Amino acid sequence: MTDQIRLQIKTENGTTELAAAFACVVEPSDIVLLSGDLGAGKSFFARQLVRILAGDEHMDVPSPTFSLVQPYQLANMSCLHADLYRLSDESEAEELGLFDDNNLLLIEWPDRLPELAQKARFALDIKNVPNAAEERLVVIGAKQQDLKMLAAELESSSDIVLLS
Amino acid sequence: MSQARTIILGIETSCDETAAAIVARNANGQGEVLSNIVRTQLDEHKAFGGVVPEIAARSHVQWLDHIVAQALDAANLGYKDLDGVAATAGPGLIGGVLVGLTTAKAIARAIGRPLIGVNHLEGHALTARLTNNTQFPFLLLLVSGGHSQFVLVKGVGEYERWGTTIDDALGEAFDKVAKMLNLGFPGGPKVEEWAKKGDANRFKFPRPLLKEKRLDFSFSGLKTAVRLAAEAAAPLSDQDVADICASFQSTIVAVLERRCAQALERFQEEFPDEVAQMVVAGGVAANQQIGEALRQVAFEHGAELIVPPMKLCTDNGAMIAWAGAERLALGQVDRSNIAARPRWPLDSDDMKLGDHHV
Repeated sequence: MTDQIRLQIKTENGTTELAAAFACVVEPSDIVLLSGDLGAGKSFFARQLVRILAGDEHMDVPSPTFSLVQPYQLANMSCLHADLYRLSDESEAEELGLFDDNNLLLIEWPDRLPELAQKARFALDIKNVPNAAEERLVVIGAKQQDLKMLAAELESSSDIVLLS
Repeated sequence: MSQARTIILGIETSCDETAAAIVARNANGQGEVLSNIVRTQLDEHKAFGGVVPEIAARSHVQWLDHIVAQALDAANLGYKDLDGVAATAGPGLIGGVLVGLTTAKAIARAIGRPLIGVNHLEGHALTARLTNNTQFPFLLLLVSGGHSQFVLVKGVGEYERWGTTIDDALGEAFDKVAKMLNLGFPGGPKVEEWAKKGDANRFKFPRPLLKEKRLDFSFSGLKTAVRLAAEAAAPLSDQDVADICASFQSTIVAVLERRCAQALERFQEEFPDEVAQMVVAGGVAANQQIGEALRQVAFEHGAELIVPPMKLCTDNGAMIAWAGAERLALGQVDRSNIAARPRWPLDSDDMKLGDHHV
């Protein structure tokens, strides 16, 4: 993972647009890391992505905080939405079965498992903007060609500004 | 239909509690808890600001045999006295569920008694029948760290989910607010304690979905609003923290009041000849302001509010044993190939009677 792009997301709808762009580029067994503080919108992004990939905008996608992992069968792939906040030891990830099958992995609090940084195709860092409830700054790390693919999908978004 | 008294071992390992209990179901359908052993890891986890699952599976493996033995000892019974073995088969952390279910399969096979795989949520749903002999139909409000839902309970295996959380569970919202304010763990009691000293009118937090008719909850936006308020007021004095907690809790109470009123009204429309009964389960029921609000709403609707004792509201083996006893009494047993599953909504088709889990 060598390159980065920075995005300004102006509204909640912008996060959905970002999820829609990801839905066009992710493949089975991809790993997407979601970092950011409590309330930044990690779960919201994952929820929108899962719903778009499932083709069901009302699908139940509850927070994975309590169960650690929520599995989903999507249209073309299976997906695990995980929250590693409570992990205390790397060996626990194996017991969660994160890497057992070719799942699309959406992982919150990935810093609990440093090896993920090497394996991930995309790493998102979502930041709140002071005094702007819905606005977010998102830094996305990935290989240059993957960022290009993603940026192409983002061109039609109305609520996202590509900063650099 | 079995008429005699049955004695069931129940095993619960779907989350962080390793639990086993012995429950008797008398011929008249009334229940009796003979023992109820729960090993929780709360103290070990305080430092982490949340329960570290440790991970569930490994810890359950280490403790379950002892917990089962303790449950039998406390009931003054041996394996040969059991009429059936029930275990949570989901939903939950799959590693933990596997440990409990596999143990139950082994015990059932070894003593030649039936195995009953129980949906953890059904355990919560039927607890009021064990403790209060509550008759069907009734409304269940399950509010815990992992779940926030309204379920219409029409009979064993007959559930309609009327509403659920579309993002965070209620207990989770309390925990996350406590974490943002550095109040410690578990979050529920801490927020409640601080709220007592605070001004609930100082902050206006959003009440998502409240104008909509559906009975769903959403607490994620509230969490974000609390975060913004805390940032705007920083550095936080003790009074600021207390005011945020009080405002947050009163918002939660307002949401629950409204939703419970709607749910009771719907119940009364669908069952005009029944006295409405609302059963509350889950750890959040321990919050006094929430409990008081629920009593008030029930009173205003002429409904009966049933809150089982807290140790049977939170995760435990007795509720699993009881659900197993109710199923066994209806001839519902499972084959030894029943699978553990991470997701298992109460209103799935395979919850219905006669539809054996595979």
